[in-house]
Amino acid sequence: MSQIDIETARRVAKLARIRVPEENLPKLADQLSGILSFMEQLNEVDVSGVEPMTSVTPMRLKRRADGVTDGNIQSRILANAPDAREGFFAVPKVVE
Amino acid sequence: MSLNSLTIAEARDLLRKREVTSVQITEACLAAIDKAGALNAFVHKTPEIALERAHAADQRLASGEVPAMCGIPVGIKDLFCTEGVASQAASNILKGFKPQYESTVSGKLRDAGAVMLGKLNMDEFAMGSSNETSCYGNAVNPWKIDDRQLTPGGSSGGSAAAVAADLCLGATGTDTGGSIRQPAAFTGTVGIKPTYGRCSRWGIVAFASSLDQAGPMTRNVRDTAIMLGAMAGHDPKDSTSADIPVPDFEAALTGDIRGKTIGIPREYRMDGMPAEIEKLWADGTAMLKDAGAKIVDISLPHTKYALPAYYVIAPAEASSNLARYDGVRYGHRATLAAGDGITEMYEKTRAEGFGPEVQRRVMVGTYVLSAGFYDAYYNRARRVRALIKRDFDLAFASGVDAILTPATPSAAFGLGEMADADPVAMYLNDVFTVTVNLAGLPGVALPTGLDAQGLPLGLQLIGQPWGEADLLNIAQVLETAAGFVSKPRKWW
Repeated sequence: MSQIDIETARRVAKLARIRVPEENLPKLADQLSGILSFMEQLNEVDVSGVEPMTSVTPMRLKRRADGVTDGNIQSRILANAPDAREGFFAVPKVVE
Repeated sequence: MSLNSLTIAEARDLLRKREVTSVQITEACLAAIDKAGALNAFVHKTPEIALERAHAADQRLASGEVPAMCGIPVGIKDLFCTEGVASQAASNILKGFKPQYESTVSGKLRDAGAVMLGKLNMDEFAMGSSNETSCYGNAVNPWKIDDRQLTPGGSSGGSAAAVAADLCLGATGTDTGGSIRQPAAFTGTVGIKPTYGRCSRWGIVAFASSLDQAGPMTRNVRDTAIMLGAMAGHDPKDSTSADIPVPDFEAALTGDIRGKTIGIPREYRMDGMPAEIEKLWADGTAMLKDAGAKIVDISLPHTKYALPAYYVIAPAEASSNLARYDGVRYGHRATLAAGDGITEMYEKTRAEGFGPEVQRRVMVGTYVLSAGFYDAYYNRARRVRALIKRDFDLAFASGVDAILTPATPSAAFGLGEMADADPVAMYLNDVFTVTVNLAGLPGVALPTGLDAQGLPLGLQLIGQPWGEADLLNIAQVLETAAGFVSKPRKWW
């Protein structure tokens, strides 16, 4: 199941929102296949009755009051934006 | 001896006795950094901030009791967000990013009076074992035995190089699969990955959130104990940081390990392990035995599955964490062509901003989390992870106090030597360290010898959850017995 063909590589790149030039897809497919076949070893392990780990340390996540703890820092939030206008993040047109 | 070569403990004592000032030590470090451009360890220098903090530290020192780190110059890995100072995770996608806030760990160091000298080189997003994925170009190991330049390891390679070359007295690192311990071993320095939850992850650029931990990198075990004390502690802003007291790690360094039980895991005796590593390990075992520890053989049967499990889980978490780099809120945005919409913006920005290894891992993670493969890869890896942790739980339940293993399968290798290798070949660097992240345990790497060529080799001690104090005590006993004092010959 681990052989990644060029079509799958193209689909994964699309899902990851990373543009991969067409000519690089064969090498990418090759490398992904190599990594995934390395992972195939996991199929040797008997995992019956074992729950997937969700937390490495047995701890209850702490709860806190659902309160506002900061705010009024719009300019700081926008300070690193590649494009910010009139107090908003600006992006290319989303809806045609 | 020049002031930048002091240990943290020595500097602290001299500062408290007012025999040196923080400004003097800081100036010595800044001068050393300026002469060490060839190491490419510091990638953003902050001399103004350093001197300002050094002056402030001297004032605190003059006015009475201060924390141990007060006035101590340190380097901060580029993965930590530092207020107003470039924090790029060695990635072009965060080019120009200057955080508006300070990470909890670097903030704790700052509040304790530590002096930030600048930001340290690393692998991009902490993904790498040789520092070669950095957008700044690789850092270089100060250790050198021939014409080749050697890797300082990764991902905290800049931290390791800086500490080994006496550019700073200590440095912060982070460790997701071995990124503190492998570079420490490659540079003859000491580094600990604490128990998961010991240090807050808030403000540290996330790679794999269930595995990432920050820790100190220093020139000896005592310094690691001191610096860890300043970095650790509960933080309400990281819900996985543990709300338990931070012990006095330095006070735990009693030098007495009589009656302690040290486990030697048979599964770490890999096929093809170099004889030198095997001897280093046997010698370390003998040293602990001579110090009064009881040595027992143990089995951690799922060890060989740790690397494949890690290379499912870590990329899965990374693909999710790195989704935030989209060219909207910070960092790089690609120049768009006429008619490009938001999807093109994402795709071009991420293609330009992420290097090849990061792209690969994001795509592997995307694949193992995608519909139809989630159970086969991701859930299976999490089940195997549970079994790996159970191996350790059983060993500790049988009375083992700590586990001794090699830190790396080899000494530092040459930069560029792995360039044509399969990505998986580079992953094998983490073979002895990655289990510790998967199980959330503390692990410390320390130098205990040189190989035949004269390069440092390290051993790793793995401790019980929250057992850093005990672990560091055992590590210091080993350090003393090994008597590693070699320093790299200065060529830079």
